[in-house]
Amino acid sequence: MNAETEMQIDKGTSLWADAWVRLGKNKLAIFGLWVVGSLIVISILTPWIAPYGYEEQNLDLGATGPSAAHWLGTDIFGRDLLTRIMYGGRISLAVGLIATSVALLIGVAWGTIAGYVGGRTDAIMMRIVDAMYALPFIIFIILLMVVFGRSVLLLFLAIGAVEWLTMARIVRGQVLTIRSQEFVEAARSMGFSTPHILLKHVVPNSLGPIIVYATLTVPQVMLLEAFLSFLGLGIQPPQSSWGLLISYGAETMEDYPWLLIFPGLVLSITLFALNFLGDGLRDALDPKASKD
Amino acid sequence: MSLLKVDNLTTEFHTRNGVVTAVNDVSFSVDKGEILGIVGESGSGKSVSCYSLLGLVPMPPGKVVSGTALFDGKDLLALSEPELRAVRGDDIAMIFQDPMTSLNPYLTIGEQLIEPLVYHRDYSKKEARDRAIELMEETGIGNAEQRFDAYPHEFSGGMRQRVMIAMALITEPKLLIADEPTTALDVTIQAQILELISQLQKTRELGVIFISHDLAVVSDLADKVIVMKSGDVVERNDTRALFEQPQHEYTQELLSAVPTGAKLNDNLTKDDVLLQVKNLSTSFYDRNSKTRFKAVDDVSFDLNKNEILGLVGESGSGKSTIGRSILRLVEPESGSVKFSDQELLGLSKQEMKPFRRRMQMIFQDPYASLNPRMTIYDALAEPLLYHGLADKNNVESMVFDLMDDVGLARRAIKKYPHEFSGGQRQRIAIGRAIATRPELIIADEPVSALDVTIQKQILELLVELVAKHNLSMLFISHDLSVVRVLCDRVMVLQQGRLVEKANTEQLWQAPQQSYTKNLLAAIPQL
Repeated sequence: MNAETEMQIDKGTSLWADAWVRLGKNKLAIFGLWVVGSLIVISILTPWIAPYGYEEQNLDLGATGPSAAHWLGTDIFGRDLLTRIMYGGRISLAVGLIATSVALLIGVAWGTIAGYVGGRTDAIMMRIVDAMYALPFIIFIILLMVVFGRSVLLLFLAIGAVEWLTMARIVRGQVLTIRSQEFVEAARSMGFSTPHILLKHVVPNSLGPIIVYATLTVPQVMLLEAFLSFLGLGIQPPQSSWGLLISYGAETMEDYPWLLIFPGLVLSITLFALNFLGDGLRDALDPKASKD
Repeated sequence: MSLLKVDNLTTEFHTRNGVVTAVNDVSFSVDKGEILGIVGESGSGKSVSCYSLLGLVPMPPGKVVSGTALFDGKDLLALSEPELRAVRGDDIAMIFQDPMTSLNPYLTIGEQLIEPLVYHRDYSKKEARDRAIELMEETGIGNAEQRFDAYPHEFSGGMRQRVMIAMALITEPKLLIADEPTTALDVTIQAQILELISQLQKTRELGVIFISHDLAVVSDLADKVIVMKSGDVVERNDTRALFEQPQHEYTQELLSAVPTGAKLNDNLTKDDVLLQVKNLSTSFYDRNSKTRFKAVDDVSFDLNKNEILGLVGESGSGKSTIGRSILRLVEPESGSVKFSDQELLGLSKQEMKPFRRRMQMIFQDPYASLNPRMTIYDALAEPLLYHGLADKNNVESMVFDLMDDVGLARRAIKKYPHEFSGGQRQRIAIGRAIATRPELIIADEPVSALDVTIQKQILELLVELVAKHNLSMLFISHDLSVVRVLCDRVMVLQQGRLVEKANTEQLWQAPQQSYTKNLLAAIPQL
């Protein structure tokens, strides 16, 4: 190293390192990160820190409002709502993260390949997506359950396998515009292989909409899980999830409003936090945004 | 009394990074039947100063801070938005740079032409139609009766600009503001449009403000000129006086940067053939007509070692397609491309890879040809690492060497493309192209998007690098003056066919084909 290379260099190291620094400056995003992080930690520790067991009933007590013994009240079976929200969070967060990851993985790969290769490959791949859109997803999931047997993990995967369709379309649209840009042609003229071009040049430039859509997918899959569980295809009582708690809470809303309010509040806070985090990530990954 | 008199105009933009004064205390005036040229490089405030007058600057962030603009006894800057709207497109009309995007593709030319007459002047459709056809003829659109009902996509670029001019004139304005009206046009079309504007100015006693970055165009057309730099007027004078005796050093710099004359150092021996193209044809499938369109038609030429070979032609002549066909970025239909005696067409991707290292490309638009999410270091290190020319240990020093080569400050190594100016970005792109130590560089309009002073620097850099690294270059351009200062030999392309091939000066002195003669005659001269 000569003297000149050691002189001060104007900011930055790599896209991801820069993104991390920029994310750190975004207060809302950091708040979102903390909320999501805490929820995950609480969910993991739930079996040890929950005040009651999730199936512990107290039929004599019945439904009561918030009190010192039950901070968020109890349901009609006298089960502690806080405990049930904590246990429900395990399912809901897991479904949110796993199903969204599955959707991301398939959708990004599918959309990128279709958009970049183009032509007949694109047409065939996107017609498959269209065909799957047309397929009633309930039937699709029931089929999966019948073939592979019922398990919570399979449920997560099945939801992800439904949600990737829109992701694939969004990614393909992005890739179509990026593919025709000169820097991609420049990369081709330099002899880079297609996988290299996709990973280094195409996908990083389509991250913005992908991240935003991913944060929107999380609540979608959480509610989808509630719907499937409601139909008896998902998790079964006495296990619970936020989505299920909310749908039961909605039924008894007039008599026991807290059964709807508290699970709803927790879900809303999670979604807010995820949106802040997603927006922050999108900006952080765009070197042009937030230059100060 | 002047038609328009602007005094002490100042326009600011309030951005996140503070206040930017785009136009600073600018004064000028235009008389009836006079053409005022406003020249300057990008960001000099030449467009903003005119847009401010008509309230076309987006506010916020823009703000006209001070000044008066007397037009017809009214101060334009004091008018309310509805009053201004009545002036705009009525007494003052505008034409813009890009005739492709300023017409509505879903309406016929006729409907767009008569719109202002029918809705603002209460003409009947019949009267308006007659008037429009009259104007189309006046602006040189032949067969006006039939073309009245044609859609914009059925017109060529030059014809669309004529339509724009007809549209601007339909309300009989007194002042026409033309913002780079010929920049997007080919040189022969440009000559026609300029001729039309100067003719209209004479017959209609029209006042014209002609905004342009092209000094040669302005020197041909304008009666008087103001030169702007970063929001200030640095010099104003009658056109002849300004171009013959520029007073301000910036004007002198601008004028000296305009490429003129012949190539200077021309004494290298250039005999060994590096690239041999024979009977190359490339065609594209046209979805609408279900036929194949020949973009490149039976083109043959040799490129010698250490030679800069110019390839000129108007838009759509297939000059870029030739470059891309050689690199097989588009697949040619037939013919042969031999590089160092090795046939390239028909090689598999894997077999092609070593040749890709030896042939590189520089693109026109430095804003689009760099990955916005890669730092300079990433962009320059990527080809080095990928082609195994460097490893983790020496890649950084090699990147620094490249940056030295293309004249970029080493401390900028971790910056992203958007933090650089256009000229600096083009330097990065050039650095990336020479990173793999190629033998052949295909430069596709590498200076067309740049300001004239920057263009000069980049051309000098290219000449220097060609000599230093023993490069050969195929230089694709529509700008004949640039080709003349840079290239050893020139090929002229028309509709996919090579019409003429000669040593540069020979071509300039004695062009053989009428097409070449027309091209050369259309170049605006200082």
